[in-house]
Amino acid sequence: MLQFSKLKIFTIISLIIFGFIFFLPNVFKSEVSFLPKKKVVLGLDLQGGSYLLLEVNSKPLFKDKLETKSFELKKKLRSERINYNNFIIKNSTISFEFNIENKDNILKVLNDNKINENIDESNRELNYQFLNNQIKINLSESYQKRIKKNAMEQSLEIIRSRIDELGTREPTIIAQGEERILIELPGIKNPKRIKEIIGTTAKLTFRFIADNDAKKQSYEKLQSKNNLETYNVQKKLVLSGEHLTDAQPGFDNLNNSSVVNFKLDGFGAKKFAYATKNNIGRRLAIIIDDKVVSAPVVRDAITTGNGQISGSFSVEEANNLSIILRSGALPAPMSIIEERTVGPDLGQESIDKGILSLIIGFILVILYIFYNYKIFGIFANISLFINLILLISILTIVEATLTLPGIAGIILTVGMAVDANVLIYERIKEELKIEDNILIAFDNGYKRVLTTLLDANITTLIAAFVLYFIGSGPIKGFAVTLAIGIITSLFTTFILGRLFVSVYIKSKKGQEIKI
Amino acid sequence: MNFYNTKIAFINHYKKFYTLSLIIIIISLISLFSKGLNLGIDFKGGTIIEMQFNQNLASDKIRSGLLKQELGDIKVKEFGDSKTFLAILEKKSGKSNFISEIKSNLEKNLNQSINFRRVEMVGPKISKELTEAGIYAVVIALVLMLFYIWLRFEWQFSMGAILALSHDVILTLGAFSIIGFEFNLSIIAAVLTIVGYSMNDTVVIYDRIRENLKKDDRASLLDLINLSVNETLPRTLKTSITTLLALTAIYLFGGEILRGFSFALIWGVIVGTYSSIFIASPLILIFNVKRDWSEVIDNTP
Repeated sequence: MLQFSKLKIFTIISLIIFGFIFFLPNVFKSEVSFLPKKKVVLGLDLQGGSYLLLEVNSKPLFKDKLETKSFELKKKLRSERINYNNFIIKNSTISFEFNIENKDNILKVLNDNKINENIDESNRELNYQFLNNQIKINLSESYQKRIKKNAMEQSLEIIRSRIDELGTREPTIIAQGEERILIELPGIKNPKRIKEIIGTTAKLTFRFIADNDAKKQSYEKLQSKNNLETYNVQKKLVLSGEHLTDAQPGFDNLNNSSVVNFKLDGFGAKKFAYATKNNIGRRLAIIIDDKVVSAPVVRDAITTGNGQISGSFSVEEANNLSIILRSGALPAPMSIIEERTVGPDLGQESIDKGILSLIIGFILVILYIFYNYKIFGIFANISLFINLILLISILTIVEATLTLPGIAGIILTVGMAVDANVLIYERIKEELKIEDNILIAFDNGYKRVLTTLLDANITTLIAAFVLYFIGSGPIKGFAVTLAIGIITSLFTTFILGRLFVSVYIKSKKGQEIKI
Repeated sequence: MNFYNTKIAFINHYKKFYTLSLIIIIISLISLFSKGLNLGIDFKGGTIIEMQFNQNLASDKIRSGLLKQELGDIKVKEFGDSKTFLAILEKKSGKSNFISEIKSNLEKNLNQSINFRRVEMVGPKISKELTEAGIYAVVIALVLMLFYIWLRFEWQFSMGAILALSHDVILTLGAFSIIGFEFNLSIIAAVLTIVGYSMNDTVVIYDRIRENLKKDDRASLLDLINLSVNETLPRTLKTSITTLLALTAIYLFGGEILRGFSFALIWGVIVGTYSSIFIASPLILIFNVKRDWSEVIDNTP
């Protein structure tokens, strides 16, 4: 156990030098071009920032889809001259009654590829079930899945473009599971604006206010942005937001307020021109997410495809609205289901305190080890120190994120490394009592302690792995440092420490040695 | 202190320690079932806001400022100094302006600007998932570690370790319940660390017992276990002392956020050390481990 070949010594030393090179950028800024520059990535709890978990609410989407399907279905039934009764949509199910002789015809309609498309070989968009002369139709599970998936992909893209427009530093935006989006925004102090921007669905529609005399028009009551006024707004759309090609904040000198100027695509411009030409004098409501933002009176036909939304905005509101409109509407509303925000000053304070406690703890440990084992204590302390450096350099290389619990994990590995040293030295003490030959006693000590050391560390490693794969956020950070720390501490105590000890006792050439 | 050449008959008095542990376990269980754990928002859902003011303030004032906003159950406590407070709100919301409204309302109520240094909001779905994940993590880690011990030792050791570990976990949860420290995600990490540490301690002693069993097949099991515990005592105590030194430093200087975590670890190290000597080791005697440890020599050519 005390024999080290030259190759082994060379490997050990180069590993340590390698570790040092990757550790250094964490402490010094080097000018040398070939040296690595990467630093340990600090978690949001240490550098400050926001963690947001959003969930796409697909229920309204299913409802919309089912409504669209019901329109198509009714149209088809009419064109096929099939009579139906009691056509209702309730509990995400379409149901209607029919004349039992028409069953075959209805089956034909329901298997029509235009109405009920194939999703794959075994699945269609709609499921149906006959109950005597009644039929129940709902969205198939695979269709729901596909709707969800599309909504996720679109939402992800839209959220990305919205956050990009805000110029946030290195945001992380990734899908998590089937219906969640995880956003990490390092360095953000107040995520208020971002939350507003990503939390707005921004479904934009232009619709006329219903005339007082026109009782035939179907309309709904919608409130204004500040909830003070209520409008009777036609259900029929003039135009929806997808025809918008651009939106920019602007300033209206006449009313002294911020506005949003928008541009429409060719189709949108034509439709808008036609609608405004025929409705001069009526009020056109601009509606975002079921709130009337403004309802100006149409004075002239708008043929250029340019328009303006004025709604007594502040400058920031106009900016936000432009960003949101440019990126397009989210396919479904989203809600924030988890948020963790740490201000940068608190992050700094946590680092300072964490590091301070680490240093104090480390000094106490070093003193205690030195008090117990004297010269061998120094060997142990040097390997402990190198252990820390290797640990941080590996964290840097694998780009693991260092979090507050991660720092606690480091402290724990220091404890484990100390334990390994104590185990080894105590064992050697015992061996020295029964063996006169010092070399053999040391050798036996290392040999006998190895199984214990491995058993103890492997059990902890198992715990670290489980934590990594099951735990979330802070626990993961802890598990990563613990796992890496166990490996580096085994290396530094059992291999490097042993090298120190072997060099030392060989230099003593059989003189008495006391631990 | 001299830990060496001790000849303490630890195992002979195991019934006394088992009675002691049993009493503490019962107290812990009573507290866990009647008072329960002070679950943090990670497991209960809700909102935590750490806020800092420019001047000293009484927590009652902040509380009454928040009470006007219909946020459910509200707790406000000082956090570090009397300018910094932690507000724990029962309410959670998926709305994007939830936090900013709380802030502007509170600023209006107290008539001063407030720095929200840290905000954590956990919705009901997430808290349920985190709870499940936490329980899974602890159970799976326990099972895997025991499986490993079973592979490496005899079943008696594996049983001994599982009982000792359950003892540690119950005592730690009990301490959290009795003291009322907040139980959150990082505490789960701490509990697992305790499990790992205690396991480590137990393994070291078990390893020595196994070694001594192989060396000597005549001495009584009781004497062998006593010998093994005494032989490993210097290591057990020195390691515990060093770990406690490091942990005490975190507890004292690591700031408010690390306090609960380091408390759990300190308590766990003490309990873990106690349990490996007084709970885990006697169990080997009780389970009466096999005495024939001679290696099976395979003579087939």
